[in-house]
Amino acid sequence: MTRIDVRVDGVSYQDEVEPRTLLVHYLREQVGKVGTVVGCDTSNCGACTVHLDGQAVKSCTVLAVQADGCQVTTIEGIADGATLHPVQRAFHEMHGLQCGFCTPGMIMASIDLLQENPDPSDTEVREGIEGNLCRCTGYQNIVRAVQHAAAEMRGDQGAAGNGPAEPAEAHTVAAPHVAVQA
Amino acid sequence: MTAVEDRPGIESPAPAREVGQARRRKEDARLITGRTTWTDNLVLPGMLHLSVVRSPVAHAKISAIDVSAAQQAPGVIAVFTGRDFADEQGSIPCAWPVTPDMVNPGHPSLAVDEVNHVGEAVAVIVARSKAAAADAVELVDVDYDSLPVVLDMEEALGEQPVLTHDHLQSNESFHFVFDGGENGVADDTDRAFADAEVVVSRRFVQQRLIPAFMEPRAVAVQPQGDNYTMWSSTQVPHILRLMLAMVTGVPEHKLRVIAPDVGGGFGGKLQVTPEEVIALLVARRLGKPVKWAESRSESLMSAHHGRDQVQYIDIAADREGNVKGLRCRILADMGAYLRLVSPGVPILGAFMFNGIYKFPAYRFECRGVFTNKTPTDAYRGAGRPEATFAVERIMDELAVELDMDPLELRRKNWIKAEEFPFTTCAGMTYDSGDYDAATEQALQLIGYDELRAEQARRREAGDPVQLGIGFSTFTEMCGLAPSRVLGSLSYGAGGWEHASIRMLPSGKVEVVTGSSAHGQGHETAWSQLVADRLGVPFEDVEVLHGDTSIAPRGLDTYGSRSLVVGGVAVVNAADKVVAKARRVAAHMLEADEDDLEFAGGKFSVRGTPGSDIGIQEIALATFAAHDFPEGVEPSIDADATYDPENFSFPHGTHICAMEVDTETGFVKIRKYACVDDVGTIVNPLIVEGQVHGGLAQGIAQALYEEAVYDADGNLTTGTFVDYLVPSAADLPHFDTGNTVHAAPGNPIGAKGVGEAGCIASTPAVVNAALDAVRHLSVRDIRMPLTPERVWRALHDGGDGGDRATAGTNAYGGAQTETTAGVSTPQSALGGDR
Repeated sequence: MTRIDVRVDGVSYQDEVEPRTLLVHYLREQVGKVGTVVGCDTSNCGACTVHLDGQAVKSCTVLAVQADGCQVTTIEGIADGATLHPVQRAFHEMHGLQCGFCTPGMIMASIDLLQENPDPSDTEVREGIEGNLCRCTGYQNIVRAVQHAAAEMRGDQGAAGNGPAEPAEAHTVAAPHVAVQA
Repeated sequence: MTAVEDRPGIESPAPAREVGQARRRKEDARLITGRTTWTDNLVLPGMLHLSVVRSPVAHAKISAIDVSAAQQAPGVIAVFTGRDFADEQGSIPCAWPVTPDMVNPGHPSLAVDEVNHVGEAVAVIVARSKAAAADAVELVDVDYDSLPVVLDMEEALGEQPVLTHDHLQSNESFHFVFDGGENGVADDTDRAFADAEVVVSRRFVQQRLIPAFMEPRAVAVQPQGDNYTMWSSTQVPHILRLMLAMVTGVPEHKLRVIAPDVGGGFGGKLQVTPEEVIALLVARRLGKPVKWAESRSESLMSAHHGRDQVQYIDIAADREGNVKGLRCRILADMGAYLRLVSPGVPILGAFMFNGIYKFPAYRFECRGVFTNKTPTDAYRGAGRPEATFAVERIMDELAVELDMDPLELRRKNWIKAEEFPFTTCAGMTYDSGDYDAATEQALQLIGYDELRAEQARRREAGDPVQLGIGFSTFTEMCGLAPSRVLGSLSYGAGGWEHASIRMLPSGKVEVVTGSSAHGQGHETAWSQLVADRLGVPFEDVEVLHGDTSIAPRGLDTYGSRSLVVGGVAVVNAADKVVAKARRVAAHMLEADEDDLEFAGGKFSVRGTPGSDIGIQEIALATFAAHDFPEGVEPSIDADATYDPENFSFPHGTHICAMEVDTETGFVKIRKYACVDDVGTIVNPLIVEGQVHGGLAQGIAQALYEEAVYDADGNLTTGTFVDYLVPSAADLPHFDTGNTVHAAPGNPIGAKGVGEAGCIASTPAVVNAALDAVRHLSVRDIRMPLTPERVWRALHDGGDGGDRATAGTNAYGGAQTETTAGVSTPQSALGGDR
């Protein structure tokens, strides 16, 4: 067993871990951060994405011992008290999730993307979250959500740039009663 | 196109109608913050962990299993093999014997004497930790006496085939026939083909797919005395409870099944799995709580697969393009065993191959075939994508043969708006719709004329990147299902759905639904329905589901049934609440019931302004019951069970514009537009999301996904490295729209949307790719349209064949130019056609 000292979502933990323990298993099984989930075993799906010292990593591809001395932020640590992170809000607002299993990883990857590129185009969002798989949404509303959050985080909601994305109901013009009621 | 009609029961305009609003989902709050209850999150006091030992061979006798080393490993409590549970594990149930003589080989949860596919469970480790259980898997020593394998359906039905199961006479499970002529709903097919001026025959392959829900399966069981609570990542807690009782002998009333947060299903969690049975048996044996959670590679290998058909399709027409007959001969791969509805999946397609067209004659036959592969079962669309693909592809082939525009051919033959309700050659009565309107709108949405002009320019210029446009004008049967119809098809259960509404003393409302959601947004949509019906605020409604103790009656979520069947049950229950409250209101307002009107959540006396009482106040008065009408029980709660009279038939027109790089074989969707008619839309956000997700899966079948086996029966696409679930970068932007023809059969007017995108999109994509390269003598390209296949089809002729790297012999080898499109060898289909 190896002793590690990790801050997770602002709280310090000192734990004994097996050297082979993956960060995601440490987070889920020892720290109780079950908001971060495991979706595959080949680092393809990105469901386990967290931030390690501010950068997105797939926590199934990091050993717990590698996080020794680091800050880990999970989906459970990005809201400011009761105030959600703009990306969380945007996923809700733009219907960027259905079953929600990929959502924690998708949100963490999107936050990382927006740190690097505060005004991504549709293509840039798609390429930026390429390492995160979603089986429900077809990604279109995730792209909208990321662009919507980007606009809010830039402080120019409603302004030009590559976003913000159109709200979903704008695409239902074919059903006039829907557009009217939305 | 109709607007949402006024609902009966609410006489004057209510404040802001909820139905039709793009309400943001109630479900999201926990999902976007990680406060979730996935089964694998569950930690029970004293809980033990399970790990399953799986067969590495596709077909073998088990001659010995030595578990002693595993049993001695640190932290291992017990190791069980099939022999340990042979007397109590029964067989995984198959609820759908599609023919009276269907052969079911039986499906032990843990293999006892033989294994029949790679990934089959042969032993289970019970250990203190998940890691200890996984470590011990390696220590179980199984002696396999290998047997030959059969993987290809046509070989499996050929002369003296290798048998999947030694104790069976053949590899055929069933031979199902539906003949429109014999059923009195269509003309004689043989005559139609004999008299036809044009007959086109094609062989299409529906490759094997994997549902690949994002949350891997997990199950936990807690024994308490002789009671058992199971948490499972399932779509079907109610069906699971009943089936577990029947399989294991644990009485139904001693079993509670909970589906907590479930991370997608797409039919893949419409199952009673070996692992669920094993977990229950281990918990019963040890009297301890246990949990099993699979890895992704375990999931891809052992959770059921989908599709996997070889389709021989013949279409007859006259020279003017009037279709005269359709004949479908289908081989459907069951895999090694029959699971819950394996045989029923292709049979659901039996009534849909005719699509939206007026075929005078129709015959469908399907042979279910055993092979040494993972069992197949429901996957989004279940039978209907296969049917839609076949008819939409053969219509294009006929158009080519007749030198007609593919859309003109479709228009000439589809049911016209004024002809609804229309009874088809498959005996289905299509409810409503307007195929012309949806098509016109879709053509506008995609900018059809410009695309055709560009296609012509590129063709003229000999551009290496060619453009093609493909159509799919589809319908589907949704709202599974009228119990009578299921009975006539020998299905083992009904198709109704149940709901309860509980009016709490504070006026808040609990809605209990039997449809168990796993991402579809029931909590939001059902709240909208009830808010309108009862005139209470959306926020005052709580929707409960997915626990057989809380929602004791239900048939769960699949087949685009939740809103169409379950939603109607909710609405009917709400109407009963209003009816009960009306009696109380009459008493409290000292008026006659007939003089009351109900609007905006209030009963008022007609013509007497100011005299009213809200239904939420009535809930409190009912709780107190101090002053209740004589002889009336003090409750306004209500239950409803709804059994639909008919299926519903959403339809739509999907158009794909596809670029094909003739030098590299790379295909790219340039534009995708679709207009779906799913009836009345309760929540446009959710509807749009369902369409998007369905499109992604349907496009993935066309372009990316395929479960590939090597010649020994090893799944070579057993991880997400090899099984290509598309990422955001692999998919285009979708332009979606709706026409709205309310379903006449139900008070909501909804038709179902869960499977539409998945059913419709696949043939549109393939038709588009072929449209781009037909002038280069390409007649077919096998799915998925990998660059390699497209390139080979362009340069070698044929359909691109099987994936060259795989070495699989499933579906036969690559078709050559001379065999492509030629009708089936008679031997493979029983020779009776």
